[in-house]
Amino acid sequence: MAEPVAETDLKQTPLHDLHVELGARMVPFAGYAMPVQYKAGIMAEHQQTRTKAGLFDVSHMGQAFLIGPDHETTARALEALTPSNFVELGLGRQRYTVLLNDEGGIIDDLMVTRSVSEEDDGRLMLVVNASRKDVDYAHFRARLPENVRLEVVEDRALIAVQGPEAVAAVAAHAPKAAELAFMAASSMEFDGIDCHIARAGYTGEDGVEMSVPAGAAEAIARALLADDRVEPIGLGARDSLRLEAGLCLYGHDIDEMTSPVEGAITFCMQKRRREEGGFPGAERIQRELAEGPGRVRVGLRLDGKAPAREGAEIALVDGPVIGTVTSGGFAPTVGAPIAMGYVPAEHAAVGTALELVVRGRRLPATVANMPFVPNRYYRKPKA
Amino acid sequence: MTTYYSKDHEWISVDGDVATIGITAYAQEQLGDVVYVELPEAGKALSQGDEAAVVESVKAASEVYAPIDGEVVEANDALTDEPAKVNEDPEGAAWFMKLKVGDAGQLSDLMDEAAYKAYVETL
Repeated sequence: MAEPVAETDLKQTPLHDLHVELGARMVPFAGYAMPVQYKAGIMAEHQQTRTKAGLFDVSHMGQAFLIGPDHETTARALEALTPSNFVELGLGRQRYTVLLNDEGGIIDDLMVTRSVSEEDDGRLMLVVNASRKDVDYAHFRARLPENVRLEVVEDRALIAVQGPEAVAAVAAHAPKAAELAFMAASSMEFDGIDCHIARAGYTGEDGVEMSVPAGAAEAIARALLADDRVEPIGLGARDSLRLEAGLCLYGHDIDEMTSPVEGAITFCMQKRRREEGGFPGAERIQRELAEGPGRVRVGLRLDGKAPAREGAEIALVDGPVIGTVTSGGFAPTVGAPIAMGYVPAEHAAVGTALELVVRGRRLPATVANMPFVPNRYYRKPKA
Repeated sequence: MTTYYSKDHEWISVDGDVATIGITAYAQEQLGDVVYVELPEAGKALSQGDEAAVVESVKAASEVYAPIDGEVVEANDALTDEPAKVNEDPEGAAWFMKLKVGDAGQLSDLMDEAAYKAYVETL
């Protein structure tokens, strides 16, 4: 059984007292005391998010702005560090990207949003992983041109509300939220409180992420939890939800050694950037795009019931070890264990039979399409 | 029949020379939703402290250790199909295995119910 971990020196989010009041089991995560689950448990919290709506405290994540004299200047500065197209990102639009090191490895994955209003255009909002904040910020400060600066936001919380009923629950307090397209964001009032709401998330479901004033976070969370459709969800279910959605967890599925091509997240690279290059590690990444990467992240479905977790070896059937599982576990919505990991490109085709080595036993598995559960992001009805 | 408890949160209920072993209510509470249980084969000889079984929750795998020496006489295969039973009735229907007691003297290394309750209070 797990040993309790000392919780001294852990940072707390603005929702800490509410988590404790709700009966959360708090665990250390990226330097913060965070709820891994509430009384309902991971399985019920996972299903709640897939069927109704779940509220997640993601205030440990880093919020920051890149601020330059105009959009083009700020966008070019970010394009110098990432393989995505920000110059042509529309007002109030959001995009997933990766910060690259000079070898084309991933320093972090992050969400970037262009300001919705023309008045403060030239600002790009960043949301980065909690565990990578210090690394990312140091990287930006070292690499940004003189006319673009990084401003770290310390006084705001981040609340995600995810699930098929999430937007309706949020719109009861912030009606404009219902008008947002997928991967669009806007400033709006939530019960009179100024918030920044994006229609995005990391569960594969429709939903929003709300950047809110730290002092108002608890009132906003309580208002949402008072809605019968919404329950609090911990990091445990956040992990099983993102795994089913086929989404990467930094430090596990992607890291400074993996490129976006190996990580199978080339959707973050728009056409102009693929062709022009001009980002760190472009030589490697463009070569991998042209010739295919040596290894690639794949989804894996296990035939039996035993889960294979991070670190399990991936082997050919009755053959040698060819790779490693980077995330894995029981998938509540799939109803079976699933995993993701890296294998040589020649063994990456969907349907390839492989074996996962767990406690010395070889478990049969098959390379599978991701996401494991169809995503249900919001699509605006065609007019 | 007497029930003993280990610091690893196993219970062991001894009836004659057969001991039934499972995990405690506290253990299942800590684990959360159990999704898989791996049990030993009948006939396997275990020494005190050996890894006897594995119980997996959504978030992690945990080992179940043999609280005493003994030979496995029966595993509760019902748990293979219904691992959630471990959450529902950990100290009853969701026993893990029965051992033929190898060394009854080792039972004195374990706690009685009152001592285990007091131990859990300290965690």
